[in-house]
Amino acid sequence: MQAHFAELAALVGQISGFIYPNEIELQWSILIVIYPYLTGLVAGAFILASLEKVFNVKELQPTYRLALLCALSFLIVAPMPLQAHLGHPERSLEMLMTPNPNSAMAMFGFVYLWYLLLVLLLEIWFDFRADMVRWSQQSRGLKKFFYSALALGTTDISDEAVAFDHKAVYTITLVGIPSAFILHGYVGFIFGSIKANPWWSSVLIPIVFLFSAIVSGIAMILLIYYISSLIRGQQPKMPCMDKLASFLLYALILDFSLESLDFIHRLYESEESIHILSELIVSKLFLSLTIVQIMLGTILPLLMLAFGRYSRLPAELKRIIYVISAMLIQVGIFSTRWNVVIGGQLFSKSLRGLTAYKLEMGGQEGLLAAIGFLILPFLIFLLLIKILPPWEDEKETVPAAIEA
Amino acid sequence: MADKINRRDFVRKVVEGTASAVMLTVCGPMRSLANASEEAATEPSAPAYDATQHYYGMGVQIDRCIGCGKCADACKSENNVPREPFYFRTWVERYVIDAEREVHVDSPGGGLHGFSPPAAEEDILRSFFVPKLCNHCDHPPCVQVCPVGATFKTQDGVVLVDQDYCVGCRYCIQACPYGARYLHPEKHAADKCTFCYQRITKGMLPACVEVCPTQTRVFGEINGISSPLHRLMKMEEIQVLKPELNTEPKVLYTKLDGEVR
Amino acid sequence: MKKLNFSIGKVPDQAVRIGTVFILGLVGALILRHHFLPESFGELGHYRANAIPGIKALPLHYAGWQTCGACHEDELDKKMAGFHKNLSCETCHGPAYDHAVVDPTASTPNVPRAREACLTCHGYLPSRPTGFPQILELQHNPMEPCIKCHNPHNPAAEQVAPACSGCHGEIARTKAISHHALLQCETCHTAPPEHKENPRQFLPKKPTNREFCGQCHSKGTQTSGTLLGVDLTSRDIPKVDLETHGNTYLCWQCHYPHYPEGK
Repeated sequence: MQAHFAELAALVGQISGFIYPNEIELQWSILIVIYPYLTGLVAGAFILASLEKVFNVKELQPTYRLALLCALSFLIVAPMPLQAHLGHPERSLEMLMTPNPNSAMAMFGFVYLWYLLLVLLLEIWFDFRADMVRWSQQSRGLKKFFYSALALGTTDISDEAVAFDHKAVYTITLVGIPSAFILHGYVGFIFGSIKANPWWSSVLIPIVFLFSAIVSGIAMILLIYYISSLIRGQQPKMPCMDKLASFLLYALILDFSLESLDFIHRLYESEESIHILSELIVSKLFLSLTIVQIMLGTILPLLMLAFGRYSRLPAELKRIIYVISAMLIQVGIFSTRWNVVIGGQLFSKSLRGLTAYKLEMGGQEGLLAAIGFLILPFLIFLLLIKILPPWEDEKETVPAAIEA
Repeated sequence: MADKINRRDFVRKVVEGTASAVMLTVCGPMRSLANASEEAATEPSAPAYDATQHYYGMGVQIDRCIGCGKCADACKSENNVPREPFYFRTWVERYVIDAEREVHVDSPGGGLHGFSPPAAEEDILRSFFVPKLCNHCDHPPCVQVCPVGATFKTQDGVVLVDQDYCVGCRYCIQACPYGARYLHPEKHAADKCTFCYQRITKGMLPACVEVCPTQTRVFGEINGISSPLHRLMKMEEIQVLKPELNTEPKVLYTKLDGEVR
Repeated sequence: MKKLNFSIGKVPDQAVRIGTVFILGLVGALILRHHFLPESFGELGHYRANAIPGIKALPLHYAGWQTCGACHEDELDKKMAGFHKNLSCETCHGPAYDHAVVDPTASTPNVPRAREACLTCHGYLPSRPTGFPQILELQHNPMEPCIKCHNPHNPAAEQVAPACSGCHGEIARTKAISHHALLQCETCHTAPPEHKENPRQFLPKKPTNREFCGQCHSKGTQTSGTLLGVDLTSRDIPKVDLETHGNTYLCWQCHYPHYPEGK
């Protein structure tokens, strides 16, 4: 406790102007930056998967199952930073028991469960069911039981049964697209609906959140497809990479346009908050916004992608350009979340002052915990691709032994 | 042979891990909820206070405030608010408007120990103190956003926090336009001015009103029943903080300068 | 191996199995919710009604000034007769619930005797409302405890401040270095005797017309002798043509009478 007070006392010297006395303690920490980043990846990965399933973009076939498992990995971890951040995590199920229908945050529990159970898990189950039955039939002992249980004991992999599975997947994906929009859009709404905060309160925030989510999701799948291909000693299929790069480029252009629109609109209307927000952008957020988010995270990858995609460079070079762009985009989108969440708390609601955020190294809401939450989805992903291999060329063969 | 042992160990570990995870996520919360219910179930037998017969508000007369900070101090004593200058249910701000119409605002330690002279005294055009507190809005954004129903407006118009039910998500603190809320460092639940609910339901005044030396703060019924607040509402021009946000505050200011946010 | 087929009509086996899992889960969740929902939730609104008694039962620390008078009649009477009559006892003596209501012998409230205690309210700050009695800390008996001359329960001192400057110190100090330094307050303002008791309800009068200032400042008025209590010898009073100067405004709508040469 005393350590906490000492931290706050140290922040006093970093206040410029005037803040309400209670504002010295930033309420939403880096964990709340991580949460929209993770759900954004979920939504983006799923949208990419739906491009293949619903809009029949055949080139993306190699990434379909990859995207689903990736989305599941991130979705499993997504509520963890939220739990860790609560003052009383043991009471978190109250949100499911007595949700306040007027509160966007109360909808989280239901939207999350809906998306996890009725979209993602259901889709993965139907898509993998025939394979799970096959793997069960081809194994013995515990593995046989494991896959049989995963398949809920079904054994029918006749053409009719599999056709039903495919129809189910199509329908669920169709329902899943707006569900993915809601899963991440409502996070944007949580911020966008706070009239008390002029940095957040905007109609565009849910939309910008969603488009930056799509950008980050596509970029993540591009990276995962590339890296997994390399690890498995295979060449990533160029039509797939090119298609990923195209969609990434389109999404990035849209995202950048929307963010620019928000920016121009604020400057033009020049409401009272413009003074403190301008000061915020040129001082506290200069590095994370102007440099990282805009230049390194949006404009540079945009140019690189456009150049790489539409030039006549050899395939190896194109792949490298795509990969570097995708990595820059990840950093950029994370920075976007930082600028929204932390940035919105760095200025006072009195519009007369700025404060500071000190990111601790350890502790429940420190940098190490944050890094842990960012690494965990990849660990879960590794586990998932061992249990449910998404590779086309391994569909028929049984997955290797599960021991760690 | 080694394979089989590994698999058995692995399975056991997985089952144990899953079971304990399920216990934590399901039974942990359930147990704490059950506790919350039990604690509150014992209703003390008190003389009948009928919340439907009251509707409270507060008046703040800016031209009387001397910035002594006794209100902030009394509030902390009465309500066991941590003494550190980072948690305030009420505080006092000082506004100094200089000859170039620049506005300088400060609130050293929330005004807890009064104020020392401002910089550049000669240049002052206008200067005054503004006590602030939770406005107990009639249309409270904090109540609107609470995901679990831990903060609410009572029948007598007071916005309270159920600290045995609050999950500490801090959404209400973000939603309050006035900076009136904070997370209690020991209880890990949201906290704020309660109009000293434990006092007003016994016919006493909130602590800040009790100790104010100049009658800056006026507490009473806001709905047309004879009270000093009613007289104030009738005779003075009333301002509220941030009216454009439509929160309908029930803390009514008189002589409030337009520069106050 | 037995092959169980749970298909129902057109719904195939796998759909029925997964559907059952979901339905069982939903039913289980509803049962758990019913069991763990706090009883009083929803009685008065979307909150636990049983939270309110707990909040009402929080401990009190301030007794309220009425409780002090039961034992401390003398101090209360003295206070009611003086300038501090509107002060609560606990404003200076701090929270006294334990002493006044629980057990008077167990604890005694704080008795502030230091100079700093009075300066919290009465030390001069430019942001304080004009007319609130304030002193300049370094000029008013520095280092002496206030209670040496002022009884806190009835603080009027034996030595009375000249004219109005006890409460209007800043105005007096401003005027004292201005061209109006030799004008007495009473010259322009007549204050009813009740003004000291109830300053906001019984306001002093101000001059009502331009001619009042014109007594000294209008062209053609006397330039020697005594005028309004001021000896006019070698004084250069600015004169204006009252008909044309400043339209129809009252003089102090532009000129600050307590410091007329200033901004």
